[in-house]
Amino acid sequence: MATGELNPNHYPAQRAANVVRHYLNTRYGSPYRVFTLNRVHSGNAEDMADSGRKYQLEISVQDFISNKTEKCSAEVLFPRGEPQDSPSVQASCEELLKIDTKAQEEAWYQQNKNQSLVTAHLPDSYGHIDPGNEPLWHLGIVASSFIMLNESTENTLYNMAQVANVTQLETENDQLKFDYYILLHDMVSQEIIHWKLLFTWSPAEGVKVLQKELMPKCHHCETVEVIANTN
Amino acid sequence: MLYCAALCFVALLSAAEAATIERAEYDHYKYHPMPEITQWMTQIAQNYSDIASIEDYGKTYENRTISLLKIGLKTPGTKKAIWMDCGIHAREWIAPAFCQYFVSQILQTYKTDPKMEEMMKNMDFYVTPVLNMDGYIYSWKNNTTRLWRKNRTPGPAGCNCYGTDLNRNFDANWGSVGVSRDCCENIYCGKGAASEPEAQAVAEYLGKRKNDFLCFLTIHSYGQLLLIPYGHPNISAPNYDELMEVGLAAAEAIKEVHGMEYAVGTSPAILYPNSGSSRDWARMQGIPLAFTFELRDKGQHGFLLPEDQIQPACEEAYRGALHIITYAHDKTFGGASVTAAAALWTVLLAVGVTSASVM
Repeated sequence: MATGELNPNHYPAQRAANVVRHYLNTRYGSPYRVFTLNRVHSGNAEDMADSGRKYQLEISVQDFISNKTEKCSAEVLFPRGEPQDSPSVQASCEELLKIDTKAQEEAWYQQNKNQSLVTAHLPDSYGHIDPGNEPLWHLGIVASSFIMLNESTENTLYNMAQVANVTQLETENDQLKFDYYILLHDMVSQEIIHWKLLFTWSPAEGVKVLQKELMPKCHHCETVEVIANTN
Repeated sequence: MLYCAALCFVALLSAAEAATIERAEYDHYKYHPMPEITQWMTQIAQNYSDIASIEDYGKTYENRTISLLKIGLKTPGTKKAIWMDCGIHAREWIAPAFCQYFVSQILQTYKTDPKMEEMMKNMDFYVTPVLNMDGYIYSWKNNTTRLWRKNRTPGPAGCNCYGTDLNRNFDANWGSVGVSRDCCENIYCGKGAASEPEAQAVAEYLGKRKNDFLCFLTIHSYGQLLLIPYGHPNISAPNYDELMEVGLAAAEAIKEVHGMEYAVGTSPAILYPNSGSSRDWARMQGIPLAFTFELRDKGQHGFLLPEDQIQPACEEAYRGALHIITYAHDKTFGGASVTAAAALWTVLLAVGVTSASVM
Protein backbone atom coordinates (compact mmCIF):
# COMPACT_ATOMS: atom_id res chain seq x y z
CA MET A 1 0.00 0.00 0.00
CA ALA A 2 1.27 3.44 -0.88
CA THR A 3 2.77 5.16 2.16
CA GLY A 4 4.34 8.56 2.67
CA GLU A 5 3.80 11.34 0.21
CA LEU A 6 1.20 10.39 -2.39
CA ASN A 7 0.87 11.37 -6.01
CA PRO A 8 -2.39 13.38 -5.95
CA ASN A 9 -3.48 12.00 -9.33
CA HIS A 10 -2.97 8.38 -8.39
CA TYR A 11 -5.74 6.20 -7.06
CA PRO A 12 -4.82 5.95 -3.35
CA ALA A 13 -5.19 9.69 -2.77
CA GLN A 14 -8.17 9.88 -5.13
CA ARG A 15 -10.06 7.10 -3.34
CA ALA A 16 -9.41 8.64 0.08
CA ALA A 17 -10.49 12.06 -1.22
CA ASN A 18 -13.71 10.53 -2.51
CA VAL A 19 -14.43 9.35 1.03
CA VAL A 20 -14.05 12.93 2.24
CA ARG A 21 -16.56 13.99 -0.41
CA HIS A 22 -19.08 11.43 0.89
CA TYR A 23 -18.51 12.69 4.42
CA LEU A 24 -19.07 16.31 3.42
CA ASN A 25 -22.29 15.40 1.65
CA THR A 26 -23.61 13.62 4.73
CA ARG A 27 -22.82 16.66 6.88
CA TYR A 28 -23.63 19.56 4.58
CA GLY A 29 -25.54 18.14 1.64
CA SER A 30 -29.15 19.03 0.88
CA PRO A 31 -31.58 19.17 -2.04
CA TYR A 32 -29.72 22.35 -2.98
CA ARG A 33 -26.17 21.59 -2.02
CA VAL A 34 -24.13 18.64 -3.31
CA PHE A 35 -20.36 18.29 -3.45
CA THR A 36 -18.09 16.75 -6.02
CA LEU A 37 -14.37 16.29 -5.78
CA ASN A 38 -12.64 18.96 -7.80
CA ARG A 39 -9.03 18.08 -7.25
CA VAL A 40 -6.54 16.51 -4.88
CA HIS A 41 -3.69 18.92 -4.20
CA SER A 42 -1.59 16.73 -1.97
CA GLY A 43 -1.80 13.61 0.13
CA ASN A 44 0.07 11.56 2.64
CA ALA A 45 -0.59 8.04 3.92
CA GLU A 46 0.62 6.54 7.15
CA ASP A 47 0.38 3.09 8.68
CA MET A 48 -1.02 3.49 12.18
CA ALA A 49 0.10 0.27 13.91
CA ASP A 50 -3.10 -1.21 15.35
CA SER A 51 -5.72 1.26 14.27
CA GLY A 52 -5.40 1.32 10.50
CA ARG A 53 -4.18 3.58 7.74
CA LYS A 54 -4.43 7.33 7.96
CA TYR A 55 -4.55 9.67 5.00
CA GLN A 56 -3.96 13.39 5.21
CA LEU A 57 -5.23 15.32 2.26
CA GLU A 58 -5.47 18.79 0.80
CA ILE A 59 -8.34 18.78 -1.64
CA SER A 60 -10.75 21.09 -3.41
CA VAL A 61 -14.42 20.28 -3.46
CA GLN A 62 -17.09 21.91 -5.57
CA ASP A 63 -20.75 22.44 -4.91
CA PHE A 64 -22.10 21.45 -8.28
CA ILE A 65 -25.20 23.58 -7.91
CA SER A 66 -23.60 26.92 -7.09
CA ASN A 67 -20.29 25.86 -8.68
CA LYS A 68 -18.41 27.34 -5.71
CA THR A 69 -15.11 25.65 -5.02
CA GLU A 70 -13.49 25.35 -1.65
CA LYS A 71 -10.18 24.05 -0.42
CA CYS A 72 -10.29 21.64 2.48
CA SER A 73 -7.88 19.85 4.74
CA ALA A 74 -9.01 16.40 5.71
CA GLU A 75 -7.98 13.23 7.45
CA VAL A 76 -9.34 9.78 6.67
CA LEU A 77 -8.71 6.74 8.82
CA PHE A 78 -9.40 3.35 7.26
CA PRO A 79 -9.58 1.01 10.24
CA ARG A 80 -8.11 -2.47 10.37
CA GLY A 81 -10.17 -5.51 11.14
CA GLU A 82 -12.37 -8.16 9.62
CA PRO A 83 -15.07 -7.21 8.90
CA GLN A 84 -13.76 -3.74 8.26
CA ASP A 85 -15.42 -0.86 10.09
CA SER A 86 -16.35 2.33 8.29
CA PRO A 87 -13.67 4.92 7.75
CA SER A 88 -13.67 7.96 9.99
CA VAL A 89 -13.21 11.40 8.54
CA GLN A 90 -12.26 14.79 9.85
CA ALA A 91 -12.48 17.74 7.53
CA SER A 92 -12.40 21.48 7.76
CA CYS A 93 -13.99 23.40 4.94
CA GLU A 94 -15.86 26.18 6.69
CA GLU A 95 -16.49 28.22 3.57
CA LEU A 96 -18.89 25.58 2.28
CA LEU A 97 -21.44 26.35 4.96
CA LYS A 98 -21.57 29.91 3.75
CA ILE A 99 -23.22 28.79 0.51
CA ASP A 100 -26.68 30.11 1.27
CA THR A 101 -29.40 27.67 0.38
CA LYS A 102 -31.76 28.35 3.29
CA ALA A 103 -34.46 30.04 1.26
CA GLN A 104 -34.58 27.39 -1.44
CA GLU A 105 -34.53 24.56 1.07
CA GLU A 106 -37.30 26.11 3.14
CA ALA A 107 -39.44 26.72 0.06
CA TRP A 108 -39.02 23.16 -1.18
CA TYR A 109 -39.73 21.82 2.28
CA GLN A 110 -42.97 23.78 2.63
CA GLN A 111 -44.02 22.90 -0.89
CA ASN A 112 -43.66 19.19 -0.26
CA LYS A 113 -44.70 18.85 3.38
CA ASN A 114 -48.06 17.47 2.39
CA GLN A 115 -47.11 15.76 -0.83
CA SER A 116 -46.69 12.13 -1.75
CA LEU A 117 -44.04 12.48 -4.41
CA VAL A 118 -43.34 9.44 -6.50
CA THR A 119 -40.84 9.20 -9.32
CA ALA A 120 -38.29 6.88 -10.85
CA HIS A 121 -35.04 6.79 -12.84
CA LEU A 122 -33.12 9.88 -11.91
CA PRO A 123 -31.35 10.32 -14.28
CA ASP A 124 -33.12 8.33 -16.99
CA SER A 125 -31.30 6.27 -19.60
CA TYR A 126 -30.47 9.39 -21.59
CA GLY A 127 -29.04 11.20 -18.57
CA HIS A 128 -32.10 13.39 -18.31
CA ILE A 129 -33.72 14.67 -15.13
CA ASP A 130 -36.82 16.88 -15.16
CA PRO A 131 -35.85 20.17 -13.53
CA GLY A 132 -38.63 19.69 -10.97
CA ASN A 133 -37.02 16.41 -9.89
CA GLU A 134 -33.51 17.72 -9.46
CA PRO A 135 -33.85 18.32 -5.72
CA LEU A 136 -34.96 14.70 -5.34
CA TRP A 137 -31.87 13.60 -7.28
CA HIS A 138 -29.65 15.75 -5.09
CA LEU A 139 -31.30 14.36 -1.99
CA GLY A 140 -30.62 10.88 -3.33
CA ILE A 141 -26.92 11.64 -3.64
CA VAL A 142 -26.83 13.02 -0.11
CA ALA A 143 -28.66 10.05 1.38
CA SER A 144 -26.51 7.61 -0.65
CA SER A 145 -23.46 9.29 0.78
CA PHE A 146 -24.24 7.79 4.18
CA ILE A 147 -24.01 4.34 2.62
CA MET A 148 -21.05 5.16 0.42
CA LEU A 149 -19.19 6.58 3.40
CA ASN A 150 -19.98 3.52 5.48
CA GLU A 151 -18.99 1.05 2.82
CA SER A 152 -15.81 2.75 1.59
CA THR A 153 -12.42 1.12 1.92
CA GLU A 154 -9.07 1.71 0.24
CA ASN A 155 -10.29 -0.73 -2.40
CA THR A 156 -13.50 0.98 -3.44
CA LEU A 157 -14.51 4.13 -5.32
CA TYR A 158 -18.22 4.82 -5.06
CA ASN A 159 -20.53 7.08 -7.01
CA MET A 160 -24.29 7.03 -7.08
CA ALA A 161 -25.25 5.72 -10.51
CA GLN A 162 -28.98 6.33 -10.40
CA VAL A 163 -31.99 6.83 -8.18
CA ALA A 164 -34.13 3.94 -9.38
CA ASN A 165 -37.23 4.86 -7.41
CA VAL A 166 -38.53 7.49 -5.00
CA THR A 167 -41.60 7.23 -2.79
CA GLN A 168 -42.40 10.02 -0.38
CA LEU A 169 -44.07 8.78 2.81
CA GLU A 170 -46.08 10.76 5.26
CA THR A 171 -44.28 13.61 6.95
CA GLU A 172 -43.30 12.60 10.47
CA ASN A 173 -42.26 14.96 13.26
CA ASP A 174 -42.01 17.76 10.72
CA GLN A 175 -39.48 15.75 8.73
CA LEU A 176 -40.08 14.89 5.10
CA LYS A 177 -39.82 11.12 4.84
CA PHE A 178 -38.65 9.15 1.82
CA ASP A 179 -38.19 5.60 0.63
CA TYR A 180 -35.47 5.50 -2.03
CA TYR A 181 -34.14 2.66 -4.14
CA ILE A 182 -30.65 3.66 -5.24
CA LEU A 183 -27.96 2.15 -7.41
CA LEU A 184 -24.35 2.68 -6.48
CA HIS A 185 -21.43 2.14 -8.83
CA ASP A 186 -18.13 0.92 -7.44
CA MET A 187 -15.46 1.83 -9.96
CA VAL A 188 -12.96 -0.76 -8.71
CA SER A 189 -15.17 -3.84 -9.00
CA GLN A 190 -17.35 -2.19 -11.68
CA GLU A 191 -20.37 -3.55 -9.84
CA ILE A 192 -23.77 -1.90 -9.49
CA ILE A 193 -24.94 -2.29 -5.93
CA HIS A 194 -28.58 -1.92 -4.95
CA TRP A 195 -29.69 -0.32 -1.70
CA LYS A 196 -33.04 0.62 -0.22
CA LEU A 197 -32.99 3.63 2.05
CA LEU A 198 -35.55 5.02 4.42
CA PHE A 199 -34.65 8.53 5.56
CA THR A 200 -35.97 11.88 6.68
CA TRP A 201 -34.96 15.40 5.75
CA SER A 202 -35.74 18.94 6.83
CA PRO A 203 -33.81 22.18 6.42
CA ALA A 204 -33.04 22.21 10.12
CA GLU A 205 -32.13 18.55 10.64
CA GLY A 206 -30.63 17.57 7.29
CA VAL A 207 -30.75 13.92 6.22
CA LYS A 208 -31.24 11.26 8.88
CA VAL A 209 -31.12 7.65 7.73
CA LEU A 210 -33.67 5.45 9.49
CA GLN A 211 -33.13 2.16 7.72
CA LYS A 212 -30.89 0.86 5.00
CA GLU A 213 -31.01 -2.49 3.26
CA LEU A 214 -28.60 -4.05 0.81
CA MET A 215 -30.62 -5.65 -1.96
CA PRO A 216 -29.62 -8.94 -3.56
CA LYS A 217 -27.82 -8.68 -6.87
CA CYS A 218 -30.01 -9.02 -9.90
CA HIS A 219 -28.18 -11.38 -12.21
CA HIS A 220 -29.93 -10.58 -15.42
CA CYS A 221 -30.08 -6.85 -15.04
CA GLU A 222 -28.21 -3.96 -13.61
CA THR A 223 -31.09 -2.00 -12.19
CA VAL A 224 -34.68 -2.70 -11.27
CA GLU A 225 -38.05 -1.91 -12.62
CA VAL A 226 -39.75 -0.86 -9.45
CA ILE A 227 -43.48 -0.47 -9.77
CA ALA A 228 -44.02 2.77 -7.93
CA ASN A 229 -46.73 2.84 -5.30
CA THR A 230 -49.36 5.33 -6.29
CA ASN A 231 -51.42 6.57 -3.36
CA MET B 1 -40.66 4.05 -29.04
CA LEU B 2 -38.40 6.85 -30.14
CA TYR B 3 -35.92 4.81 -32.15
CA CYS B 4 -38.62 2.88 -33.98
CA ALA B 5 -40.12 6.16 -35.14
CA ALA B 6 -36.74 7.28 -36.45
CA LEU B 7 -36.07 3.98 -38.19
CA CYS B 8 -39.49 3.89 -39.81
CA PHE B 9 -38.99 7.45 -41.01
CA VAL B 10 -35.63 6.64 -42.57
CA ALA B 11 -37.01 3.56 -44.29
CA LEU B 12 -39.56 5.64 -46.14
CA LEU B 13 -36.95 7.77 -47.88
CA SER B 14 -35.59 7.07 -51.33
CA ALA B 15 -31.86 6.50 -51.70
CA ALA B 16 -31.28 9.93 -53.24
CA GLU B 17 -33.13 11.71 -50.48
CA ALA B 18 -31.35 9.55 -47.94
CA ALA B 19 -28.00 10.86 -49.10
CA THR B 20 -28.88 14.48 -48.36
CA ILE B 21 -30.74 13.53 -45.20
CA GLU B 22 -27.63 12.00 -43.65
CA ARG B 23 -25.50 15.02 -44.31
CA ALA B 24 -28.04 17.36 -42.82
CA GLU B 25 -29.88 15.42 -40.24
CA TYR B 26 -28.11 12.66 -38.34
CA ASP B 27 -28.11 14.06 -34.86
CA HIS B 28 -24.70 13.38 -33.35
CA TYR B 29 -25.84 14.94 -30.09
CA LYS B 30 -28.40 12.28 -29.26
CA TYR B 31 -27.83 8.66 -28.25
CA HIS B 32 -28.73 6.24 -31.04
CA PRO B 33 -29.86 2.63 -30.78
CA MET B 34 -28.00 -0.02 -32.79
CA PRO B 35 -30.29 -0.12 -35.84
CA GLU B 36 -29.81 3.64 -36.34
CA ILE B 37 -26.04 3.32 -36.00
CA THR B 38 -25.96 0.52 -38.56
CA GLN B 39 -28.12 2.58 -40.89
CA TRP B 40 -25.83 5.57 -40.41
CA MET B 41 -22.78 3.48 -41.28
CA THR B 42 -24.43 2.37 -44.49
CA GLN B 43 -25.23 5.98 -45.35
CA ILE B 44 -21.66 7.08 -44.73
CA ALA B 45 -20.28 4.34 -46.97
CA GLN B 46 -22.75 5.38 -49.67
CA ASN B 47 -22.33 9.15 -49.38
CA TYR B 48 -18.55 9.02 -49.16
CA SER B 49 -17.99 5.95 -51.27
CA ASP B 50 -14.75 7.34 -52.70
CA ILE B 51 -13.09 7.30 -49.28
CA ALA B 52 -15.24 5.28 -46.91
CA SER B 53 -16.20 1.63 -46.91
CA ILE B 54 -17.63 -0.85 -44.44
CA GLU B 55 -15.69 -3.94 -43.52
CA ASP B 56 -17.30 -6.82 -41.66
CA TYR B 57 -14.82 -8.55 -39.46
CA GLY B 58 -16.58 -10.90 -37.13
CA LYS B 59 -19.72 -12.04 -35.38
CA THR B 60 -20.95 -11.42 -31.88
CA TYR B 61 -22.15 -14.26 -29.65
CA GLU B 62 -25.72 -13.57 -30.76
CA ASN B 63 -24.52 -13.78 -34.36
CA ARG B 64 -24.57 -10.11 -35.27
CA THR B 65 -22.04 -8.85 -37.76
CA ILE B 66 -19.31 -6.67 -36.30
CA SER B 67 -18.39 -3.88 -38.72
CA LEU B 68 -16.02 -1.01 -39.00
CA LEU B 69 -15.76 2.03 -41.24
CA LYS B 70 -12.49 2.24 -43.12
CA ILE B 71 -11.82 5.83 -44.14
CA GLY B 72 -8.93 7.19 -46.14
CA LEU B 73 -7.96 8.54 -49.54
CA LYS B 74 -7.36 5.74 -51.95
CA THR B 75 -3.66 5.53 -52.65
CA PRO B 76 -1.72 2.58 -54.06
CA GLY B 77 0.07 0.16 -51.76
CA THR B 78 -0.47 -0.70 -48.11
CA LYS B 79 -1.19 2.27 -45.97
CA LYS B 80 -0.40 2.93 -42.36
CA ALA B 81 -3.45 2.91 -40.11
CA ILE B 82 -5.22 4.24 -37.05
CA TRP B 83 -7.58 2.04 -35.00
CA MET B 84 -10.47 3.30 -32.92
CA ASP B 85 -13.04 1.16 -31.18
CA CYS B 86 -16.01 2.26 -29.10
CA GLY B 87 -18.60 0.41 -27.06
CA ILE B 88 -16.57 -2.48 -25.62
CA HIS B 89 -18.67 -1.83 -22.51
CA ALA B 90 -22.37 -1.66 -23.23
CA ARG B 91 -23.42 1.02 -20.73
CA GLU B 92 -20.80 3.57 -21.82
CA TRP B 93 -23.11 5.19 -24.38
CA ILE B 94 -20.97 8.30 -24.82
CA ALA B 95 -18.28 6.11 -26.43
CA PRO B 96 -20.23 5.01 -29.54
CA ALA B 97 -21.50 8.59 -29.76
CA PHE B 98 -17.88 9.71 -29.92
CA CYS B 99 -16.89 7.24 -32.63
CA GLN B 100 -19.72 8.50 -34.81
CA TYR B 101 -18.79 12.11 -34.09
CA PHE B 102 -15.15 11.36 -34.91
CA VAL B 103 -16.07 9.92 -38.27
CA SER B 104 -18.29 12.87 -39.15
CA GLN B 105 -15.50 15.26 -38.18
CA ILE B 106 -12.77 13.73 -40.29
CA LEU B 107 -15.14 13.47 -43.23
CA GLN B 108 -16.06 17.13 -42.88
CA THR B 109 -12.60 18.53 -42.32
CA TYR B 110 -10.38 16.67 -44.79
CA LYS B 111 -11.64 18.78 -47.69
CA THR B 112 -10.69 22.08 -46.06
CA ASP B 113 -7.93 21.20 -43.61
CA PRO B 114 -4.68 20.36 -45.43
CA LYS B 115 -3.29 18.52 -42.40
CA MET B 116 -6.29 16.18 -42.22
CA GLU B 117 -6.10 15.69 -45.98
CA GLU B 118 -2.44 14.76 -45.67
CA MET B 119 -3.23 12.30 -42.89
CA MET B 120 -6.04 10.74 -44.92
CA LYS B 121 -3.61 10.34 -47.81
CA ASN B 122 -0.99 8.62 -45.71
CA MET B 123 -3.21 6.64 -43.36
CA ASP B 124 -6.49 4.81 -43.18
CA PHE B 125 -8.80 5.25 -40.20
CA TYR B 126 -10.50 2.07 -38.97
CA VAL B 127 -13.41 2.97 -36.70
CA THR B 128 -15.69 0.46 -34.97
CA PRO B 129 -18.62 2.45 -33.56
CA VAL B 130 -19.95 -0.42 -31.42
CA LEU B 131 -17.80 -3.47 -30.76
CA ASN B 132 -19.99 -5.12 -28.11
CA MET B 133 -23.19 -4.94 -30.14
CA ASP B 134 -25.05 -7.59 -28.14
CA GLY B 135 -24.33 -5.78 -24.90
CA TYR B 136 -25.20 -2.37 -26.34
CA ILE B 137 -28.53 -3.62 -27.68
CA TYR B 138 -29.23 -5.26 -24.32
CA SER B 139 -28.56 -1.96 -22.53
CA TRP B 140 -31.30 -0.39 -24.67
CA LYS B 141 -33.82 -3.09 -23.90
CA ASN B 142 -35.50 -1.52 -20.88
CA ASN B 143 -34.81 0.38 -17.67
CA THR B 144 -33.46 -2.67 -15.88
CA THR B 145 -30.72 -3.35 -18.44
CA ARG B 146 -29.34 0.17 -18.96
CA LEU B 147 -26.26 -0.41 -16.77
CA TRP B 148 -25.15 -3.70 -18.38
CA ARG B 149 -21.39 -3.83 -19.03
CA LYS B 150 -20.33 -7.17 -20.45
CA ASN B 151 -21.12 -9.08 -23.64
CA ARG B 152 -23.96 -11.62 -23.71
CA THR B 153 -22.23 -14.99 -23.83
CA PRO B 154 -23.87 -17.39 -21.36
CA GLY B 155 -21.74 -18.36 -18.41
CA PRO B 156 -19.88 -21.66 -18.26
CA ALA B 157 -21.57 -24.80 -16.95
CA GLY B 158 -22.46 -24.38 -13.30
CA CYS B 159 -22.68 -20.60 -13.44
CA ASN B 160 -26.05 -19.05 -14.14
CA CYS B 161 -25.05 -15.57 -15.17
CA TYR B 162 -24.38 -13.99 -18.55
CA GLY B 163 -21.56 -12.00 -19.99
CA THR B 164 -17.80 -11.72 -20.10
CA ASP B 165 -15.99 -8.42 -19.64
CA LEU B 166 -14.47 -8.01 -23.09
CA ASN B 167 -11.87 -5.63 -21.71
CA ARG B 168 -10.49 -8.42 -19.53
CA ASN B 169 -10.69 -11.09 -22.20
CA PHE B 170 -7.91 -10.14 -24.63
CA ASP B 171 -4.78 -12.28 -24.76
CA ALA B 172 -2.57 -9.89 -22.81
CA ASN B 173 -1.46 -11.24 -19.44
CA TRP B 174 -4.96 -12.72 -19.41
CA GLY B 175 -6.43 -13.56 -16.02
CA SER B 176 -3.46 -12.31 -14.06
CA VAL B 177 -4.66 -9.21 -12.24
CA GLY B 178 -7.76 -7.06 -11.80
CA VAL B 179 -10.19 -9.76 -12.91
CA SER B 180 -12.82 -12.05 -11.46
CA ARG B 181 -13.25 -15.78 -12.14
CA ASP B 182 -16.88 -15.52 -11.05
CA CYS B 183 -19.03 -15.42 -14.16
CA CYS B 184 -21.64 -13.35 -12.32
CA GLU B 185 -19.24 -10.49 -11.74
CA ASN B 186 -18.70 -7.53 -13.98
CA ILE B 187 -14.95 -8.04 -14.47
CA TYR B 188 -15.30 -11.75 -15.31
CA CYS B 189 -12.46 -12.41 -17.72
CA GLY B 190 -14.08 -15.33 -19.55
CA LYS B 191 -13.39 -19.04 -19.95
CA GLY B 192 -9.99 -18.38 -21.45
CA ALA B 193 -7.87 -15.78 -23.20
CA ALA B 194 -9.75 -14.45 -26.23
CA SER B 195 -12.61 -16.88 -25.60
CA GLU B 196 -15.09 -14.26 -26.73
CA PRO B 197 -16.02 -13.84 -30.39
CA GLU B 198 -15.87 -10.05 -30.16
CA ALA B 199 -12.32 -10.10 -28.81
CA GLN B 200 -11.37 -12.75 -31.38
CA ALA B 201 -12.70 -10.59 -34.18
CA VAL B 202 -10.41 -7.70 -33.24
CA ALA B 203 -7.43 -9.95 -32.67
CA GLU B 204 -7.83 -11.73 -35.97
CA TYR B 205 -8.44 -8.60 -38.02
CA LEU B 206 -5.67 -6.54 -36.45
CA GLY B 207 -3.29 -9.43 -36.00
CA LYS B 208 -2.93 -9.77 -39.78
CA ARG B 209 -2.25 -6.06 -40.15
CA LYS B 210 -0.46 -5.15 -36.94
CA ASN B 211 2.60 -3.72 -38.63
CA ASP B 212 0.45 -1.16 -40.41
CA PHE B 213 -1.11 0.27 -37.27
CA LEU B 214 0.53 3.32 -35.71
CA CYS B 215 -2.07 4.01 -33.11
CA PHE B 216 -4.81 2.14 -31.20
CA LEU B 217 -7.46 4.12 -29.34
CA THR B 218 -10.16 2.37 -27.32
CA ILE B 219 -12.97 4.61 -26.05
CA HIS B 220 -14.77 4.17 -22.74
CA SER B 221 -16.45 6.12 -19.95
CA TYR B 222 -16.43 7.47 -17.29
CA GLY B 223 -13.65 9.14 -15.34
CA GLN B 224 -11.91 11.69 -17.59
CA LEU B 225 -8.70 9.73 -17.94
CA LEU B 226 -6.16 8.80 -20.60
CA LEU B 227 -4.71 5.43 -19.68
CA ILE B 228 -1.51 3.99 -21.12
CA PRO B 229 -0.25 0.40 -21.08
CA TYR B 230 0.19 -1.80 -19.17
CA GLY B 231 -2.53 -2.76 -16.73
CA HIS B 232 -0.13 -4.94 -14.76
CA PRO B 233 1.65 -3.00 -12.01
CA ASN B 234 5.00 -4.71 -12.62
CA ILE B 235 5.21 -4.37 -16.38
CA SER B 236 6.20 -1.15 -18.11
CA ALA B 237 5.79 -0.40 -21.77
CA PRO B 238 9.18 0.15 -23.41
CA ASN B 239 8.01 3.54 -24.68
CA TYR B 240 6.45 4.61 -21.37
CA ASP B 241 8.08 8.04 -21.53
CA GLU B 242 6.76 8.65 -25.02
CA LEU B 243 3.27 7.47 -24.05
CA MET B 244 3.22 9.79 -21.03
CA GLU B 245 4.49 12.74 -23.03
CA VAL B 246 1.97 12.27 -25.83
CA GLY B 247 -0.80 11.56 -23.32
CA LEU B 248 -0.10 14.67 -21.28
CA ALA B 249 -0.05 16.79 -24.43
CA ALA B 250 -3.35 15.24 -25.50
CA ALA B 251 -4.82 16.07 -22.08
CA GLU B 252 -3.68 19.67 -22.55
CA ALA B 253 -5.40 19.75 -25.92
CA ILE B 254 -8.57 18.41 -24.26
CA LYS B 255 -8.43 21.04 -21.53
CA GLU B 256 -8.16 23.84 -24.07
CA VAL B 257 -11.60 23.03 -25.44
CA HIS B 258 -13.88 23.25 -22.37
CA GLY B 259 -11.53 23.34 -19.39
CA MET B 260 -12.02 19.69 -18.45
CA GLU B 261 -9.13 17.92 -16.79
CA TYR B 262 -8.15 14.42 -17.83
CA ALA B 263 -5.58 12.59 -15.73
CA VAL B 264 -2.89 10.62 -17.58
CA GLY B 265 -1.07 7.48 -16.49
CA THR B 266 -1.07 3.71 -16.41
CA SER B 267 -4.19 1.93 -15.19
CA PRO B 268 -2.51 0.54 -12.06
CA ALA B 269 -1.33 4.03 -11.08
CA ILE B 270 -4.41 6.09 -11.85
CA LEU B 271 -7.31 3.68 -11.56
CA TYR B 272 -6.69 0.00 -10.79
CA PRO B 273 -4.60 -2.88 -12.09
CA ASN B 274 -6.16 -4.95 -14.87
CA SER B 275 -5.23 -7.55 -17.45
CA GLY B 276 -6.65 -8.67 -20.74
CA SER B 277 -7.51 -5.19 -21.97
CA SER B 278 -7.66 -4.42 -25.68
CA ARG B 279 -5.15 -1.61 -25.16
CA ASP B 280 -2.59 -3.95 -23.57
CA TRP B 281 -3.13 -6.49 -26.33
CA ALA B 282 -2.56 -3.83 -28.98
CA ARG B 283 0.65 -2.63 -27.33
CA MET B 284 1.90 -6.19 -27.07
CA GLN B 285 1.30 -6.62 -30.79
CA GLY B 286 3.75 -3.80 -31.26
CA ILE B 287 1.35 -0.96 -31.94
CA PRO B 288 3.34 1.79 -30.24
CA LEU B 289 0.66 4.32 -29.29
CA ALA B 290 -2.14 2.54 -27.45
CA PHE B 291 -4.48 4.57 -25.26
CA THR B 292 -7.71 4.05 -23.36
CA PHE B 293 -9.89 7.13 -23.28
CA GLU B 294 -12.28 7.38 -20.32
CA LEU B 295 -14.65 10.19 -21.31
CA ARG B 296 -16.94 12.41 -19.19
CA ASP B 297 -17.87 12.77 -16.43
CA LYS B 298 -16.21 12.21 -13.09
CA GLY B 299 -19.08 10.45 -11.37
CA GLN B 300 -21.87 12.97 -11.07
CA HIS B 301 -23.90 11.38 -13.88
CA GLY B 302 -21.42 8.59 -14.59
CA PHE B 303 -22.69 6.27 -17.30
CA LEU B 304 -25.91 8.29 -17.63
CA LEU B 305 -24.28 11.33 -19.23
CA PRO B 306 -26.95 13.83 -20.30
CA GLU B 307 -27.43 14.29 -24.03
CA ASP B 308 -26.66 17.99 -23.68
CA GLN B 309 -23.11 17.00 -22.77
CA ILE B 310 -22.55 14.80 -25.82
CA GLN B 311 -21.33 17.71 -27.93
CA PRO B 312 -18.78 19.15 -25.47
CA ALA B 313 -17.60 15.67 -24.47
CA CYS B 314 -17.02 14.74 -28.11
CA GLU B 315 -15.41 18.05 -29.00
CA GLU B 316 -12.79 17.77 -26.29
CA ALA B 317 -12.12 14.06 -26.85
CA TYR B 318 -11.71 14.76 -30.56
CA ARG B 319 -8.91 17.25 -29.86
CA GLY B 320 -7.21 14.72 -27.62
CA ALA B 321 -7.51 11.89 -30.13
CA LEU B 322 -6.37 14.16 -32.93
CA HIS B 323 -3.26 15.12 -31.01
CA ILE B 324 -2.25 11.48 -30.64
CA ILE B 325 -3.11 10.66 -34.23
CA THR B 326 -1.19 13.66 -35.55
CA TYR B 327 1.82 12.72 -33.44
CA ALA B 328 1.68 9.15 -34.75
CA HIS B 329 1.40 10.40 -38.30
CA ASP B 330 4.19 12.96 -38.04
CA LYS B 331 6.54 10.51 -36.40
CA THR B 332 6.25 8.24 -39.42
CA PHE B 333 5.75 10.69 -42.24
CA GLY B 334 7.36 13.79 -40.77
CA GLY B 335 5.50 16.88 -39.74
CA ALA B 336 7.56 20.04 -40.48
CA SER B 337 9.12 20.40 -37.01
CA VAL B 338 9.61 16.67 -36.40
CA THR B 339 11.54 16.14 -39.61
CA ALA B 340 13.73 19.18 -39.09
CA ALA B 341 14.67 18.25 -35.53
CA ALA B 342 15.28 14.62 -36.46
CA ALA B 343 17.46 15.63 -39.41
CA LEU B 344 19.49 18.02 -37.27
CA TRP B 345 20.17 15.42 -34.61
CA THR B 346 21.11 12.83 -37.18
CA VAL B 347 23.76 15.17 -38.50
CA LEU B 348 25.00 16.19 -35.05
CA LEU B 349 25.21 12.61 -33.81
CA ALA B 350 27.12 11.59 -36.92
CA VAL B 351 29.67 14.28 -36.13
CA GLY B 352 29.91 12.96 -32.54
CA VAL B 353 28.13 15.75 -30.79
CA THR B 354 26.02 14.84 -27.77
CA SER B 355 23.60 17.01 -25.86
CA ALA B 356 26.17 17.24 -23.06
CA SER B 357 28.86 18.72 -25.25
CA VAL B 358 26.43 21.06 -26.94
CA MET B 359 25.47 22.61 -23.57
